[in-house]
This record gives sequence, structure tokens and C-alpha cells, in this order.
Amino acid sequence: MSWLETFRTGLNGVRTHRLRSALTVLGILIGIAAVILTVGLGEGAQAQVSSEITALGSNLLTITPGSTTSAAGIRGGFGTSSTLTTYDATALASKTVAPDIKAVAPITDSSETLTAGTSNWTTSVVGSTPSWITVRGETVAQGRFLDEQDITDHEPVVVLGSVTASELFTRGDPVGQTVDVDGLPLTVVGVLNSVGSSTSSSTTSDPDDTAIVPLTTAAQEIFGGTSRNSVSSIIVQGRSSADLTAAYQEADQELLALHGITTASDADFTITSEASVVSTATSVDRTLTILLGGVAGISLLVGGIGVMNIMLVSVTERIREIGLRKALGATPRLIRRQFLVEASVLGLTGGALGAGLGIICAVFLPGVIGDPIAISGWAVALAIVVAMAIGVVFGVYPASRAANLAPIDALRSE
Amino acid sequence: MSEPGGERPGGSARPNASSDADTAPLTVGPRTPGPADAVIEFDRVTKVYRTGAIAVAALRGVSLKINTGEYVAIVGPSGSGKSTLMHILGCLDTPTTGTFRLAGENVSGMSEEALAEVRNRRIGFVFQQFNLLASMTAWQNVELPLAYAGVHRAERKERAMAALAKVGLAQRVQHRPGELSGGQQQRVAVARALVTEPDLILADEPTGNLDSVSADDVLGLMNELHDAGRTLVLITHDLEVASAAGRLIGIRDGLVSENDKRDLENVR
Repeated sequence: MSWLETFRTGLNGVRTHRLRSALTVLGILIGIAAVILTVGLGEGAQAQVSSEITALGSNLLTITPGSTTSAAGIRGGFGTSSTLTTYDATALASKTVAPDIKAVAPITDSSETLTAGTSNWTTSVVGSTPSWITVRGETVAQGRFLDEQDITDHEPVVVLGSVTASELFTRGDPVGQTVDVDGLPLTVVGVLNSVGSSTSSSTTSDPDDTAIVPLTTAAQEIFGGTSRNSVSSIIVQGRSSADLTAAYQEADQELLALHGITTASDADFTITSEASVVSTATSVDRTLTILLGGVAGISLLVGGIGVMNIMLVSVTERIREIGLRKALGATPRLIRRQFLVEASVLGLTGGALGAGLGIICAVFLPGVIGDPIAISGWAVALAIVVAMAIGVVFGVYPASRAANLAPIDALRSE
Repeated sequence: MSEPGGERPGGSARPNASSDADTAPLTVGPRTPGPADAVIEFDRVTKVYRTGAIAVAALRGVSLKINTGEYVAIVGPSGSGKSTLMHILGCLDTPTTGTFRLAGENVSGMSEEALAEVRNRRIGFVFQQFNLLASMTAWQNVELPLAYAGVHRAERKERAMAALAKVGLAQRVQHRPGELSGGQQQRVAVARALVTEPDLILADEPTGNLDSVSADDVLGLMNELHDAGRTLVLITHDLEVASAAGRLIGIRDGLVSENDKRDLENVR
């Protein structure tokens, strides 16, 4: 008897007992729908978190100067040295040294008073390079951002944050106007778009209240000081949040090498990332998903036991049929196959219907509960395969019982 | 008993091994093949059932031979070993000791898989309970053994239809068992037994669940099959039914005896 014939026979067995089959399928259906929804809910939440991470710029690492350790082993206080330099930034930007680092922005900053005509405004003046705008993920509203030429030529130019621009220039276009910082006139070449206040950012200051000048201009003309190559921090952007660990390691190794430090604990710099906050949120989320998934998995297991139960009932109830089939020449193998097909048809039907229900719920539920549900194709396919496997696994025992029935006992039973 | 075709109906009432199977076997041993037309050869077959520590001997050394074309009734009261004999005849069970040759093939020690194949190919069953599958139509029930034999669908249907026509149910092929009378259901069962062209048709109390009209009807059908040259073994406790057969084998306390139709009363 071919597989096709056996399949037809099995299908016929399922059809003959409609109500019973439907109830069994229901068990699997609920289990599969629950699993799909839980996984979808978890994935939806994670997608939401990771989109928030991207918005935060959490693929960023901030390198700040640490403390120096003297030859005698005496460690200075935090920030006692200006160990980070523009050379460090240049080295990190190299693709061969650090392939997982996408962009590097050295930063020097200081609070300065800006004067434009009769109005003045105290803001954070940042000296940086053109890569600052990519690293911060900001955009220019008017004019342009700094370019390499500005850096090389120590150009007296400035790009204003939206808040700073509106405070200094209540009327008219700020681009082309002049702003004085400590008596140095700077030409406004651009205004940034507003990014809004970031609640989860560790900085309490308004990111829109800033003024960006070329790093060289800031060092030479505005801030002055003894070590004009030193920077107050370096912002490193990883290629993605997934590559951030690699980027971290590359930056760490490179800086240790550049600074001639052999013991990692003696590092004169600190690397931090905002991702650490987010990763806590993600892990809580994942725990919840695993917990809910576990509950859904248990309901699937109960569904599987339902299949087994029904198949055992079916074997007992159809003992005469089994006996007859054996008398007519069905081998134990064919009987086992017939019952396995029945069990897997129940599982498969439950899986397919459950996936359908899950998808329908995924469409309508977010409107009710407010959380996004992400249903992925592979999850649905996997759920259906699992449902069928459950049918087969839980069908093995009943099918073997049917196959091993002695034909005479099977025929004799009343 | 061994002369082919010589003494079909009513064969001689030779004494057989009923008194002592070991000293007076009716048939030749398993090593020497019997005549080509012997469908069934039992040689000192025993069957012992064990339930816990108690062993019950259902058959205590049965030797018998049934030739092609014979119509044999095996008669015995309940508890006589009749059912056990029928199970072994039908390859539904295997002997504890002794040999059983079916159409020259020793089936005594066969595996479950091999026995299933022998049942499919060589034996057609007719049961007291009809044992038709309620969810299938008459012709689907009849084609079932052909499906297990691996016959192609189109041929299966054709042969099932022909078998149903042979038992006079050509007009009822699409009916389900529930839509047929008891007599008609048993006719479907007979058609199912016929459809594989088996060496042996084994009928276990085929009239047990039928009224007398239907019973006569089915027995008439059996007679027709016999006249057409089929080998039939009828198992019954009813002597009236048994009298339809050409040869009677009585069974009592696990031992068989040949009976002439004239002394049917001895079996009681």
C-alpha cells in the first residue's frame, strides 16, 4: 500500500470522527496561536526597544580621559590628565586599525557666552570635526555643517543649534551673520535641525542648545590652554549596535597601545556606552518573553497530550477495524503508519489553523493592548512544523499499540 | 482423503487422529510435500494458551487435510477449540507445536509481517459480525484487501465491482453498510473475501447474526461458490448450517474427528 493510499486512509479516519478530531485540533490550535502570539509580542517589543536604541544613538561609545598612574603606582583623580588627543581620534578613525568603527568625532567643549548684536547667550561651545554630525545623527536645517577645509584652515565659523540660533537671532536668517565668542568673531554657516530633548540621555542639557566650531579653531583661538591637541572626549560610532562590542574592543586595544599601557586596569581613559542602560531593558523584556513562551509551550504540550489521548481512544474504539484490516492483510507497519498519519493530520491542521488565528490576532490585538506584535514568516513555518511533529511524537505510542494488537484479540472484542 | 477430486461431497468417515494424534497421523509429515492440491495440511498441531501460571491446551494434536475444491464444516460446541482452530487456519495465530501448511507453504513459524501477506493473498474471511467499515461504501469495503495487496486503483475498483456483481449486489455498490440489510452486508463481506481470488475462504459463523431467510441466502451463495470450485471452510456450532457442507469435521476438547453426515448427532 503506497503512502498516498495510507494518507487517504488516515484522512478518512480523521473525517469519520469529525467532532472528536475538531476538539483535538482545537487543543493544538490554541497552543500554536499562543506560541505565535507570545513570540510575536516578544519580538515586537524587542524591535521597539532596538528602534529606540537606534534613536538614542546607542551604537555610540564615549571615550573620556581617565586618571594617570605615576611610575610609583600612585593614581591621580578622575579627569586629572588630558590624555586623549586628536591623534587618538585619527588613529581610531583608521579602517585597518578598527574596522568596526564607522565614525570618530573628537570633542572639546566649554561653556562660553556668545554675542550677536545686542543679544547674548551662554551655551556649550563644542569644538569638533565634520563627522560630529553623523555621529550625533543630526541634520542641518539651514546652510551647511563644518567641512574638512574649516578644520585645516582654522576657519572662524560656527554652526548653531536650533535653540541657540533662535535665542541669538529672533528675526531673520542667522546664516551669514556674525557671532562673537570671547571677542573672536565667528561667521554662522549653518543651523541644525531640532532633535528635541532626549529623556534617557545622561546629559541633562538641551542638545539643541549648542554651538559647534571647528576643532582647530576652538583649540587655537577660543579655549587656548597648554595642550592644544588634547580633547575632552572622543565619540566613537560603531557600524551597528551589534558591532558595538567589537568596536569597544578595538578602541580599547588601540588606545592602550597608543598610550603605551600594558595593564588594562591602568588605562588612562574610560569607554562608556548608553547601551548599558538599554541592555537592561532588553534583558527584562527577554525574560518576560521566555516566561510567556514557556506558558505557551506548556499549552502546546497539553495539546499534544490531547492528541495522544484521542488517538488512544481511537485505537481502543476502532479495535475491530484494526483487527479486520490485519485479517485482510495489513501489516503492523501499515497500521502504525495509518495512525501516525491521522495524528500528524490532526497536528498539522491544528498548526495551520493556529497560525492563522495567531496572524489574525496579531493584526487586531495591537489596537487593543497597545503593544506591537511582530509575526515573522519563519516563526509561523516553525510553529506549523512543530505542531505536526507534536502529532507524530504523541501519535507514536497509540500507533504502536494499534500495530501490535493481535489480530484475533482485535477481531474478538465486542 | 488424499485422492484428488475423488470423494468431494460427503467424504468417507474414516477414523482420524482424534484418539491419538502421535500414533495415527492422518497426513504426511512436514518434510514430505503433500499432494499439490492440498490447501490445508495440519500435522499434530497444538496450541497452548498461558494465562499466568495456568496453561490451557486449546488444541491437543490436530492433524487434518483439506483439498482444493472441498466444502468443509468444522463443527463444535463453544470451548471445543473451534475458534483456536479457525484462527490458526486463518493465519491469525500460529501453532505452539506442529506444522501447518497452507497451499504447500509452511506458515507455522512465520513473522507477523509474512503472515499478513499470506492472509492477504491466500485467505478470504467472512465473519459473523460482517466487519464492514461503516464509513466506506460497499465497493470501497470490497477493494480494501486489494489495496493492501498493492493493486492499482482502477483495477481495484473494477475487480470490486465484478465481485459485488457475482454476489448479486451490482445495484448496491455505492451503499454504505448502514444502508444495507444484514443479508446484503454479509454478501458484501463474501464479495470482499472473493475479490483477491484466495486459495481458501474461511467463514466463521457466517449466519450467526442473520434471520433464517438471509441465512439460507448466504448459505446458498456459499454453495454457489463451492460449485464454482472454491475451497470453503465453514466454522459453526449449528449442525443445520454445517449440513450444507460436503464434509464435516467435529471438534471437541481440542481434538478433531471426521463425521459422516449421517451421524451428525455424535458431534453434539
